[in-house]
Amino acid sequence: MQEFLQYLFSGVTNGAIYAVIALGFSTLYSATDLINFAQGEFVMLGALVLVTLWSQAHLPLWAAFPLTVLLVAAFGMVFERVAIRTVRKPSPILLVLITVGASIFLRGVAMLIWGKDAYSVPAFSKTQAIEIGGAYLLPQSLWILGIVVLLVVGLNLFYHRTLTGKAMQACAINKRAASLLGVGTQKIALLAWGLSAGLGAVAGVIIAPITMSSYDMGTMLGLKGFCAAMLGGLGNFWGAVVGGVLLGILEAMGVGYASSSLRDAIAFFLLLLILYARPTGILGKASTQRF
Amino acid sequence: MERARSVKIVGGVLLALLAVCWMLAPAAVAAETYKIGGLFSVTGPASFLGDPEKKSMEMFAEMVNAAGGINGKQLEVVIYDTEADPTKAVSFANKLIHSDKVLAIIGPSTTPATMAVIPEVEKANIPFISCAAGNKITLPVKPYVFKTAQSDIQAVATIYAYMKTQGIKKVGLLCVDDGFGQSGKEQLLEQAAAYGITVVAEESYGKTDPDMTAQLTKMRLAKPDAIVCWGTNPGPAIVARNAQQLQLNIPLYMSHGVASPKFIQLAGDACEGIMLPSGKIAVAGLLPDGQHQKPVLMDYIDRFNAKYGSGVSGFGGYAWDGMNIITQALCGTNGDKAVLRDRIENMKGLVGVSGTFNFSAVEHNGLGSDSFVMIKIQNGTWALVD
Repeated sequence: MQEFLQYLFSGVTNGAIYAVIALGFSTLYSATDLINFAQGEFVMLGALVLVTLWSQAHLPLWAAFPLTVLLVAAFGMVFERVAIRTVRKPSPILLVLITVGASIFLRGVAMLIWGKDAYSVPAFSKTQAIEIGGAYLLPQSLWILGIVVLLVVGLNLFYHRTLTGKAMQACAINKRAASLLGVGTQKIALLAWGLSAGLGAVAGVIIAPITMSSYDMGTMLGLKGFCAAMLGGLGNFWGAVVGGVLLGILEAMGVGYASSSLRDAIAFFLLLLILYARPTGILGKASTQRF
Repeated sequence: MERARSVKIVGGVLLALLAVCWMLAPAAVAAETYKIGGLFSVTGPASFLGDPEKKSMEMFAEMVNAAGGINGKQLEVVIYDTEADPTKAVSFANKLIHSDKVLAIIGPSTTPATMAVIPEVEKANIPFISCAAGNKITLPVKPYVFKTAQSDIQAVATIYAYMKTQGIKKVGLLCVDDGFGQSGKEQLLEQAAAYGITVVAEESYGKTDPDMTAQLTKMRLAKPDAIVCWGTNPGPAIVARNAQQLQLNIPLYMSHGVASPKFIQLAGDACEGIMLPSGKIAVAGLLPDGQHQKPVLMDYIDRFNAKYGSGVSGFGGYAWDGMNIITQALCGTNGDKAVLRDRIENMKGLVGVSGTFNFSAVEHNGLGSDSFVMIKIQNGTWALVD
């Protein structure tokens, strides 16, 4: 029982990390119908900018956090303006390829700026691991879960209750129709990129105390976050949380009850099974309803 | 018209002359210097090895040149970045051999790249000193292939010998799922019986995994007397933190792969009490004054820090030792590669950064068990065990 709980906590820790990254994917997808494969690199930027602001500029963590998010969000907007909007014939596959290229580019630039070493930052709260039934959970995992839930509630309110949020959804469903109805589609796309880059930065900042931050951390995390988003249903915010936590728990149980050398294989095999049974993800709506 | 044409002809002749000069120039310079090639993974996944190796090699050459070179000839180093890619390593090795015409090659930094380069240097009969740790590099012995890095064999032997004195009988292994972890695991499994140790658990983790508590929890069920974690940063730092989080209270041993100050910085207070084998460089200042290796180590560290500020590690020492061996053997050979090789093979008692080298016809690594020392992390810094 003690072991089961510990596997569960380990899974929740990893899963919450995947979930917060999955949110970034879903945010952009909800507004632009795009999948950004540089999302993992936005996470990496968030973590490394935080490291710089905290250790070089000596800002306290509570001040460095929002500043990091603003900086990376601004970078996301610049990226949209420079690399996405300027494409003359924007077909989905071309834009996705641009984001793949951007991820390689960002990794290279980050290696030049921050070097190849890993960095660590302190946890948000200084307390020891919390003991529950003989198993231990890091307070930082609770911080991550709490922030993820807050973000999901906020994002749902924004997308369903505000005019801008509804306009964003309209753009994703049909850009031309939205434009005909007076929605500034270019501004919306810019805003969506800023939002998803900012969310990536939030992910980087809150996971930096658990993982170490380095220039190459984004690739695998981005991939796992993408899987989590797919698993829960792309574009569905609660789905991102469910998908992320489920993926994390599957991995941890794979380690605990099968073999640690098979953990990725087990997790991804179950992922395939779930997607086979429900191609739209656990909480995703059938795509026919959207278009 | 006629005039324009003659201008063109003159211009053409001048260009051709320039091209000839440009082609001859390197050859003319080469005759005045001893060229030594370097192949290091300066960027890419193994940059933590290649970067200090490149710096150390350049530093050694500068030092020799400032002192007047070897037999009046300056050393010239030609270094290529292999990015830890065996294919690139082979093509750069060919470039060094055929186009740069070097006397000897130091590197590559990783075992796969080294194994890929060996057939090329064997064909060309170029003395070759690898900076990679793999045992198969010099086993079996190949005439022109040497290496300066300590290997897993000596690291594992050092850990197990120490464990035996501590009465540890059962160990759990937690290895990273890459080549470094794999090769360490092989040695850990192979040598265990010789020290009366049983391996009761074998787990692995991914290089960028954010949390390893599941593996450690599973391992706790097997009740090992100690856990050995085999990996390079940042994985072992996360393992150390997770072990603290779980309050495991099982002694934790690491590999020589984390014997750098970066590990302490990353793991914070979670690394207190962790033990690992290390080249003497991490604890050079703690060695007793009479220790035979201390002056060599202190000299290397002072020079590296003076030039690059920080980042001194045992890895750079592999290239430093390689240069040391080559330049000592090079004296008076007049650049004859076969003589150079013979003199390296017969070299005895050369005190280097990694240990004392005693080469022979059957031993092309030359390092003994004195190349590692068991260290412990205490109060956020290294301390010698015992």
